[in-house]
Amino acid sequence: MNSPHLDGVRRIFADVFQLPLEQIAPHSSPETIPAWDSLQHLNLVLALEEEYHVQFTPEEIERMLSVELAAEMLNGKCVASKVA
Amino acid sequence: MSDREQLRQEIDQHLEAGRWNRAQAGLERLWAEHAGPALAGYAAAACERLRGPLRFHPLRVAVLRSFTVEPVLPLLRATAAVHRLDLTVKAGEFNAYAQELLDPQSWLYAWAPDAVILAAETQSLAPALWEGCGGASEIRSTVDRVLQEYCEWLRVFRSRSHAYVLLHTLEQPAQPARGILDCQAPGGQAEAIREINAGLCRLAAESAGVHIVDYDGLAANCGRARWRDEQRWATVKLPLRPEGMLALAAEWVRYLCPIAGRSAKVLAVDLDGTLWGGVAGEDGPDGIRADREYPGIAWWNVQRALLDVKGRGILLAVCSKNNREDAAAVFRGHPEMPVRLEDFAAERINWADKPSNLREIAAELNVGIESIAFLDDNPAERERVRRELPEVTVIDLPDDPMGFAPALRACPELERLAVLEEDAGRSRYYAEQRQRAAALSGAASVEDYYRSLRQQVEIAPVTPATLARAAQLTQKTNQFNVTTRRYSEQALAAMAETPGWDVYTVRVKDRFGDNGLVGVMITRPWPGGADAEAGGCEIDTFLLSCRVISRTVESAMLAFLVEECRARGLAKLSGWFLPTAKNAPAADIYRKHGFEIAGTSGAGTHWTLDLARAAVACPEWIELSVVPRAGHGAPLRATPPPPEFIAERANAQ
Repeated sequence: MNSPHLDGVRRIFADVFQLPLEQIAPHSSPETIPAWDSLQHLNLVLALEEEYHVQFTPEEIERMLSVELAAEMLNGKCVASKVA
Repeated sequence: MSDREQLRQEIDQHLEAGRWNRAQAGLERLWAEHAGPALAGYAAAACERLRGPLRFHPLRVAVLRSFTVEPVLPLLRATAAVHRLDLTVKAGEFNAYAQELLDPQSWLYAWAPDAVILAAETQSLAPALWEGCGGASEIRSTVDRVLQEYCEWLRVFRSRSHAYVLLHTLEQPAQPARGILDCQAPGGQAEAIREINAGLCRLAAESAGVHIVDYDGLAANCGRARWRDEQRWATVKLPLRPEGMLALAAEWVRYLCPIAGRSAKVLAVDLDGTLWGGVAGEDGPDGIRADREYPGIAWWNVQRALLDVKGRGILLAVCSKNNREDAAAVFRGHPEMPVRLEDFAAERINWADKPSNLREIAAELNVGIESIAFLDDNPAERERVRRELPEVTVIDLPDDPMGFAPALRACPELERLAVLEEDAGRSRYYAEQRQRAAALSGAASVEDYYRSLRQQVEIAPVTPATLARAAQLTQKTNQFNVTTRRYSEQALAAMAETPGWDVYTVRVKDRFGDNGLVGVMITRPWPGGADAEAGGCEIDTFLLSCRVISRTVESAMLAFLVEECRARGLAKLSGWFLPTAKNAPAADIYRKHGFEIAGTSGAGTHWTLDLARAAVACPEWIELSVVPRAGHGAPLRATPPPPEFIAERANAQ
């Protein structure tokens, strides 16, 4: 499934990890991004929440372990994306 | 493409092309409009590329904390970068602040920060008080315990470090356990926390280099409901929402700017639309607005904020496109306006472009262009100044004039950690300076002018009362400063207490008034070390405020040092001149007074004077008086000084 938020989410991941956008794939996960530790995970959550005006529950945060998953969760939470 | 995306692309292009100032201006705008966790990483990466070419002020900051502070740190770095601070930040271990302060082996002392933020929260310092358990006697003992702990932490810290300390006040719970009963009788939660906070303020006031960050006030400003996030606290020990995190980062930067020396000395202000509503030349004195009614209240508030800024020792200047007579008529016609034309130390009211006028104002007031802050309601003027004078601090104003005064008050470059007697009277000195200039132009020769000034120079060892001003002079003096070494109060106190070292202050009066404390000299044994060749005295610092340069005061100061060294039986007096972009006025001092070059390094030239042959006399037109030392080694502060600054200085050479 291709989430409408995928590109925006990839950009946020790239900014948080300070990596080039090309290095962020839909299946990127803590296994493929070495900098993805628990603190960066928190930074990711905060950045996504700010960008999309949503709040994740602790359970969702625990499950958000790939770019794709994050984009899908956003799909369920917001209809319209802020980023054009 | 969104506005934000477009700005990012522009910044990236400027960065690619090495247009650093344009990139910085773009980053400032991007952060002003979109600050938050989503952009913090991008801003930090941009800062990484800008800090070198734009020579950001470096500062090492340790954050000791009782909560997950990590998400605040990228926001802090980005906010600091906008104000041209290059922060290196290290956070302590979670809730380990007490051990880190008390343990001499802790990373904190090895890492040697410039500033330490003690970000401990009520729930960690006093959990029972935060939750509202316990009776009146328990609350009493908690207040005492917390204050004693802080006292002990500060004592231990100060015995090992000169770094600045920022103490957070304790936060009030939004909902006290006893409900509305809490404030009906003594012994409530809120009262106890207020007592602790008042105690912390007293503690800070008594200690050099310790300052209070009103964390509780910040929570109140933000709104307690929007400040805390109990779920995040429970899951990841992050008590703040993003809005609170941003507010906290911005608040820290208000302290870090003055600590790093990122301070404006002059605030240049536009008139029409900025100082008052309306256009002087069209609306006339009767048509403009600056009163207590709406909409004049917006400008009334700007004027009151300007006077508050002036009270901190920052000079005000007018920079306005106007006919001078039209502007003067407004001031005459509105005697009730808070600001008077006399409040401005310099004025450029003409039709020339603003960058030229700002350059002239800087030259007239004898400050660098980077010491100017600029307030103008017209975005086009702000943009032009940003383009042509990127060093100037341009204060961004919103469209709504009601937002002008709050924007002005939020500018961290206008913050001061302390206001000294000299600061409050600064504007008066400039008025006297104009009288001196008139005397000079009327004198037959420069010697006649010196004689007519009837200068009195008083040299004294630094005292607790003059310590803060002496430190301020080392931090702010750029022109007549042979080594440009910056020292905190804490470091100066430690030097003055070290045998063989002397810290002198210089006060200058003349017939036009008291210039106040305007010079500092620091000397130490040369070449230093226990087994060194005996008989020399090295000038570590020799500086004079630009208020009194070109009046031969430096000759009187050197004559004093020569006498002092001879009285101690020393053979040589020596000192480095370390050139900077600004200290050319001091470049010739050693040569002029008979010193010879003893050596050079990449950093500068080492000069030495053979005291047996030296002829340095106090000029006949200066009356020199010397206050004797009360006895060497008398402590300036209650805490003993560590000796490591000597090693630091030796390395710096």
